[in-house]
Formats: sequence, C-alpha cells, structure tokens
Amino acid sequence: MANLILDDICVRFGGLQALTDVAFTVNEGEVVGLIGPNGAGKTTVFNVITGVYKASSGKVSYDGTTITGLRPYQVLSMGVARTFQNIRLFQNMTALENCMVAQHSRSRTGVVGAVLRSPGQRREEAKIIEESRRALEFMGLGKVMDEVASNLPYGHQRRLEIARALASEPKTILLDEPAAGLNPAESMELMRDIGRITELGINVLMVEHDMKVVMGICNRIVVLDHGVMIAEGLPEDIQRNPDVIEAYLGQ
Amino acid sequence: MTIRESKKKWLACGVGLLWFLILLWPMLGITPDGLEFGNTLKVFGYVAVAALIIMLFYQVQQAGRLEAAERPLKAVGGAIQAAYEKTPTWMVLAVVFALAVIYPLLTGRYAHDVAIQVLVYVCLGLGLNIVIGLAGLLDLGYIAFYGVGAYTYALMSLHFGLSFWLCLPVSAFFAAIAGCIIGYPTLRMRGDYLAIVTLGFGEIVRIILNNWMALTNGPNGILSIPRPEIFGYSFRSLSSMYYVILGIAIVTIISVYRLNYSRIGRAWEAIREDETAAELMGVNTFLLKLLAYAMGATFAGFAGAFFAARMKFVGPESFTFLESAMVLAMVILGGMGSIPGVILGVLALVALPEVFRELELYRMLVFGGVMTLMMLVRPAGIWPAKRVGRRSEEAE
Repeated sequence: MANLILDDICVRFGGLQALTDVAFTVNEGEVVGLIGPNGAGKTTVFNVITGVYKASSGKVSYDGTTITGLRPYQVLSMGVARTFQNIRLFQNMTALENCMVAQHSRSRTGVVGAVLRSPGQRREEAKIIEESRRALEFMGLGKVMDEVASNLPYGHQRRLEIARALASEPKTILLDEPAAGLNPAESMELMRDIGRITELGINVLMVEHDMKVVMGICNRIVVLDHGVMIAEGLPEDIQRNPDVIEAYLGQ
Repeated sequence: MTIRESKKKWLACGVGLLWFLILLWPMLGITPDGLEFGNTLKVFGYVAVAALIIMLFYQVQQAGRLEAAERPLKAVGGAIQAAYEKTPTWMVLAVVFALAVIYPLLTGRYAHDVAIQVLVYVCLGLGLNIVIGLAGLLDLGYIAFYGVGAYTYALMSLHFGLSFWLCLPVSAFFAAIAGCIIGYPTLRMRGDYLAIVTLGFGEIVRIILNNWMALTNGPNGILSIPRPEIFGYSFRSLSSMYYVILGIAIVTIISVYRLNYSRIGRAWEAIREDETAAELMGVNTFLLKLLAYAMGATFAGFAGAFFAARMKFVGPESFTFLESAMVLAMVILGGMGSIPGVILGVLALVALPEVFRELELYRMLVFGGVMTLMMLVRPAGIWPAKRVGRRSEEAE
C-alpha cells in the first residue's frame, strides 16, 4: 500500500502564492504526470512532498502517515525518492558511490562499528554494494559504475540520477523532467525504463515537458497553471481539455 | 615551441623580474639612514641570474635538446613506478611500519623530537582532514580542540592523579563535547560564514584558557604534568614517548581510513559535494556534520593529551590561530581528503624546515613561494584523494 495523497496544499513565498489548494493522489502502481507551463509550480510540488519547502497549509500523507513537516531524509526513509531537474549528482564520486550514498537511510552502522569493522558492518557494507549494483544494472549503467559522475556523458548522468533514487529502495519515485535534454531515441528508452520501474511495484510521479513521453506512459495527468490545478484526468481527456490548451497556447 | 611562444615566455619572465624589483626595493632600500640602492641591486642580481638560468634551461628542455640526458632518468622513474604498483599494499605498509619502529634506534635525540612533532601533527592533520577534506566544512578554530585535550589531561592528572591511559579517552571525549558545543550553533552556516565563526570560537577557547586563572593558571600555564606510566615503567626518554605517539598515530590513521570507507565517510563526502542533494538522498546532514566536528575534535583531543604529557607543560600560547592555520596548510598542501597526502603535507611543513635549519631566515619566504607554486602546479595537493574504483585520469 503506497499511496501519496496531497490534501489542499498551499505554499506562499511572502506575497507570492506559489501553490493554491493542490490536491491529488498517486495510487499504487500508477504513473502520474504533472504538467504545466514554466513557473506553474511543478517543482514546488516536489519540494513540498520531499520536505524541502514547508506547506503554508494543507498536508501530504503517505501510506496513511502525515509527512508534512518531516525533514527530507525522513521522507526518503519513508520510501519517497526523487531526482532533480538540473542534475545534482555527487560530482567527484563514482557512479557506484553515488548509489551507495542513497543506501544511507537503509543502513545503521555507527562510528564504532565502522572503526572496528565489525562483522555486522561488513555484512551491511556488502548488502549496500549489492543493492547499489542492482540499481545501476537496472538502469543499464553496470559498465560505468567505477567512473566518476562528472565524467559520464549527459544521458548517463540522467540515468544515474534515477539509479541513485532507485538505490534507496523507494516505493514511490518522483522524476523531475527526466527526459530534459535527451534525444528522441534516448527518450524512448527512458519510457521503457519507467515502464520497468512500475513493474517493480514502484509508483511514479513525474514532471515532464516532452508530451510524447507524458502521453505515452502516464495513467493519469495533473495540470498546473500559476499554482492552481486546472485539470486532472486521463491523457486523452487532457489533450482535448480547452483549459489546458488555453494555458499552454494562450487564447 | 615556436619562436613566438618562446618570446612570450621571456616577456613574462621579464615582467615578473621587474615586479619583483618593485616589491624588493622598499624592503631593502628604505633604511633609517636614507635611501639605498646597492644592496637591493645585489640581491636582485642574484635572483635575476638564477631566474634567467632556469628560464634558459626550461627553453632548451622544451626544444628537446636535453632528451639524451632525460631518457635514463625517465626510465628509472618508470621502473620505480612499475615496481611500486606491483608490490602489494600491505608490503609497502609493512616496510613503512618497520622503518617507523626502528627509527629511534638509528637516530639521535634531536631527530626523535622532530619525529614526535611530525606524528602529533599527523594526528591533528588527519582529524582536520575529516572536517575539511571529507565533510567540506572550513574550520579555522580547530586548534581549540587540541587545547581542550591538552588541558583535560593536565588538570585530570594533577588534581585527581589519573593515569595517562585513562585520561587519553577522557581527553578525546571532552574535545568531542567541545566540538559539539561549537558545532551545534555554527553548523547552520555555510562556507565563509562558518569559517569566520569557527575562527571566533577558536579564539574564545584560547582566551578562556588565558584568563580563567582559578582553573588554568592563566598565561603562566600548568607545570610539571606527569609522563605516562605503564606497570611501573615510566615513559621518561624521548624515544619511549615516540612509541606512544606512534601508537596513537597508527590508531588515528586506521580509524580515519575505515571511517572514510564506511557509510559515514560516504555521507560526509556527499555533504561536501552537494548538501541539499545529500539530505534528499537520506543523509541526516545536520547530525553528520556535527559528527564530523566531533570526530575531528576526538583525534585532536588524543594529540592534545599526548602534547601535554610530552611537554610536561601547557600554556595558552600553544593554541593560537597560527597553529590552526599551520594544520590547515598541511591538509591543503598534502591533498584534502587523502590520508597519505596529509602525512606528506605534515612532513613537508614540519620536517623539511628542521632539515634546512640554517636557512631559517628565509623560511616564511619559501613557505609562501611553495604554497603559490603548489596552487599553480598541483592545485589538488601533493597526493590527491582517490576513491575506490577507476578514476578517469588514470584511464587517459
């Protein structure tokens, strides 16, 4: 049971109303797309869910637990992982290490265990490497796992962001423009990968501008404009919705 | 190299020399008796001739005229490199360890003293390396924890008669507590602001030590601190103290190495790379930054307790900002985040000045020159940090 429920979320930055009464859910096994023109508040929604911003009112709950007010690392350990619009890898660490960091919340060993290299610590370390490798191989990065992140080609860096999020063993993954800057062939591959992620039983909430990707894989789409939800529904309905067309193209 | 490029280099050299003359003259030429030129020109002449010879040598080398002389040198270098790579790491470490153990038998008192100083700074450097090299927090008041460790041992042993071995962990613990106390309010800041605040806290600790007469005996310091003892054997001689600090240094090296390659070390590095991303990837950044401070302070506490036992005296003037700056310089010169790098940095800044003691007058000049040169030639330090796995620089 992994339901992400946003309940009348409002966010204000001083006098600016960034989000007004945003309410939608991401149910188990679903891929939900979050679209809207630039500045509509899509990334703000992500930041509210992951605890980077505090909601001025409203609440986010996950699996029946309220997660508004939790720190970002606590949200991650609940099982909500995310990627970033502008790539934010740990540049000087290898691909494998990037994923191993994501396992931090799934491991316990403290300073004493690490210094003494206790059997428990060794076992845990082996498990961390195992999980990280799995995530990298899942995203097709097995061959480059010892490369430093900053030396990977752009497409691989995008995939590594997703692999790093997967390495934290999430139940929900938030993808912030995963197809940005990818060529059409890479976008197609990305769509297949997102399909495979859902097969793992992970539900996906994604922000994306590439309509081919959004219409191709999302079960449901939520449209934001100026911080207000203007539509929610199936991809076919959204494409025909006059409000959505107006928001994108103007009157 | 074309004629044009060569001309450019000569021009740069000429401009540099002219600039040097402009800087040099006010220092040597303006005397109480009036202006003077002879001495300035003499010193400038030496430097200019040396610079021109180096320049000429460089040009000839660039033109490929020295290849005949270079080839055998390169071959020897390559052979050493290959041999080093072939030998397993444990063998290299065993040789280094054996050398460290027999060192006092082969050398005199003065050399023991230098070696002890080197090892104390190794502990300090590795502790600071956790804070700066791994977690990426610039700490300019690090020496305060060294002071806390030293005073803890001094007071504990004098007032309660506790033994050195008991006080060692207690000193480290107190230093770690001090680290947390300083860390808790300051860690909300980042970058330059953090550096300024830690600088202030470092000074606060020194001033407290200087002025709390009742506890620390103020600027007079604490005298006749006992040497460590074990089963009735007292570590009186310098060489026996060398073994004590060698043990502490080895424990420090192993601990830092293991922390570095654990989930905690990775989390620290993630914080250094991108704090927000680290927090979003499940790292409790506040707790881990505090832990970095506490761990760095712990090793400084060990070193401090030893320092008090070795000198038999502690006073506040041992813990000035200059000491913090020296330890920082060692970490940066050697290579941030790299254990062998920090050790090399300590050797370069503690042992080399001792070796060239006759040239003491020029120490600061050379120090500045070396630092500038390092930033140009090897900005990542003498022995930059290397993480697990293949690094692309090697692949190229």
